[in-house]
Amino acid sequence: MSTLDPVRFLTKNMRVDLALIADMIAPGSRVLDIGCGDGTLIDHLFQTKGCDARGIEIDMAEVTRAVAHGLPVMHGDADIDLEHYPDSAFDYVVLSRALQAVERPREVLRQMLRIATRAVVSFPNFGHWLVRWQLLSTGRMPMTATWDRPWHETPNIHPCTIRDFFVLCEAEGYVVERWLATDDGGRRAPWRRASRLANLFGEQGLFLLRHR
Amino acid sequence: MDQTATRIDPANLPNHTHVTFDDGITLECGASLRHHTVAYRTYGMLNADRSNAILVCHALTGDQYVAEPHPITGKPGWWDAVVGPGRPVDTDRFFVICPNVLGGCMGSTGPLTNRELPDGTVIDEPWGTEFPPVTIRDMVRAQKRLIDHLGIDRLFAVLGGSMGGMQVLQWAALYPDAVFAALPIATAAYHSAQNIAFHEVGRQAIFADPEWQNGQYWRTGRIPARGLAVARMCAHITYLSEEALTRKFGRRLQNAPKDNTEAINLFGEMFEVESYLRHQGSTFVQRFDANSYLTITRAMDYFDLAADCGGDLAVAFKGTRTRFLLASFTSDWLFPTIQSRSVARALNRAGANVSFVEFPTDKGHDAFLLDEPDFHRALAGFLGGCAIHAGLAATA
Repeated sequence: MSTLDPVRFLTKNMRVDLALIADMIAPGSRVLDIGCGDGTLIDHLFQTKGCDARGIEIDMAEVTRAVAHGLPVMHGDADIDLEHYPDSAFDYVVLSRALQAVERPREVLRQMLRIATRAVVSFPNFGHWLVRWQLLSTGRMPMTATWDRPWHETPNIHPCTIRDFFVLCEAEGYVVERWLATDDGGRRAPWRRASRLANLFGEQGLFLLRHR
Repeated sequence: MDQTATRIDPANLPNHTHVTFDDGITLECGASLRHHTVAYRTYGMLNADRSNAILVCHALTGDQYVAEPHPITGKPGWWDAVVGPGRPVDTDRFFVICPNVLGGCMGSTGPLTNRELPDGTVIDEPWGTEFPPVTIRDMVRAQKRLIDHLGIDRLFAVLGGSMGGMQVLQWAALYPDAVFAALPIATAAYHSAQNIAFHEVGRQAIFADPEWQNGQYWRTGRIPARGLAVARMCAHITYLSEEALTRKFGRRLQNAPKDNTEAINLFGEMFEVESYLRHQGSTFVQRFDANSYLTITRAMDYFDLAADCGGDLAVAFKGTRTRFLLASFTSDWLFPTIQSRSVARALNRAGANVSFVEFPTDKGHDAFLLDEPDFHRALAGFLGGCAIHAGLAATA
């Protein structure tokens, strides 16, 4: 079918972790993408899965770009604006590579699972072996491909590890429906069955959560 | 000031395209108008299934001449940059309708039109200040009659800035099924105390002009040009930002005009910004009626959409399927971003599909009328996206 061509093109050019996120989302669902950037994921979800996908983005230039592409994106802040959505307004809420940058990660997760049935969360894993090795061997804050800003410049104020996140989900009563570790490009890493190995070798964690 | 501008010349009033409804309209204040006229302009072609219509709502001192030279001033349409062939609101694709508001002075029923007695007879004397107070909702209901008259069940989009944006919000709240997309620009869901305060200064300037004659200035044929000009000057300051005034005029001086109509030139020279404001005032009175100014500023002051819904704006939009684009401008202090943001949040609470952008500019409230490429790209993109969701063909 000719309609598949642009889809493949789009997927190929989309960040690989966004493609993995899209795999977790059922066709035709209502989706809110928090920190949606220029709206690549919501465009993909609308084009390929017929989702009613919307976005929130804090960077006004990105919002302008998204709206100029005809995508429903509003300027907003995950820490402030989620409380204005009604309960269960969405089937999925996505927070991609932004959990570590919000002011109150636990509250943001609570809001996400209030306004949606399921939450898709991805974050860079601070437990990766290179991060551990750099801190151990140099005694200074790690600088890697994923953690690439000096400590005084980074927006990532709440780094966590994959194991930390499992602990938080347990404490908050969230069911981890699916999870996987990926490399920095977002490609699936082979440590899915062993969280300790994933925590050592995965550069990012990707989780699909729901309420217990 | 140009003396010809201070007199009413009925022969000079252009004949505006209009439709008159004779089956009556009851206003929010309780008064009824047996007849009411809506003057309007259209651009582009309505498609076969009547699905490509866009209603443009004008601001306080705007009118229906949105995309063509003004019949009185000869100046380009007030939103020429936005509406026209190949423009963000592309008249090659969309059928654009722009009505003059109820209470206006460009052909729609207002204080300038002939008064109607309670039995419906029209007498040869303008309404003047006897014209009943109208509201934004009354304006929108009058526009709905026009849309019905044109045979359009659902507008593809309703857009407007400032008071035009108030009408957009009112349209979306009152006729949700008739509005596929709503674009309230640089506006608010209510008129703030500061907004009302500036309007009151303008109104007092008109009242203080001896030529106002209790609003019955048609009796002498002399209009309260000075008062109306001062009202315009005061309002115009609120449309600009301090940065824009500094950039355009700074503290530069120029020679004062030598004509005797500008009595107050104390030292033979004047600041450029003074000259600019006087020009704004004197050109305004050529095309606007003072009693209309009183009526419309009052309508804006009354506007409070949430008040009609027990104070919760989200209730006004509950269950709406309309797609919204809210846009504001960083240096707009008359309708600041916080106002648009609170509308966006109310729409979130109502579960609505809402886009919201603030554009960086130093041009103040007026930015929505001016050349703002990012804003125009967003308008075009939003309408294009909505057209896909509405199933509108790429070309009309």
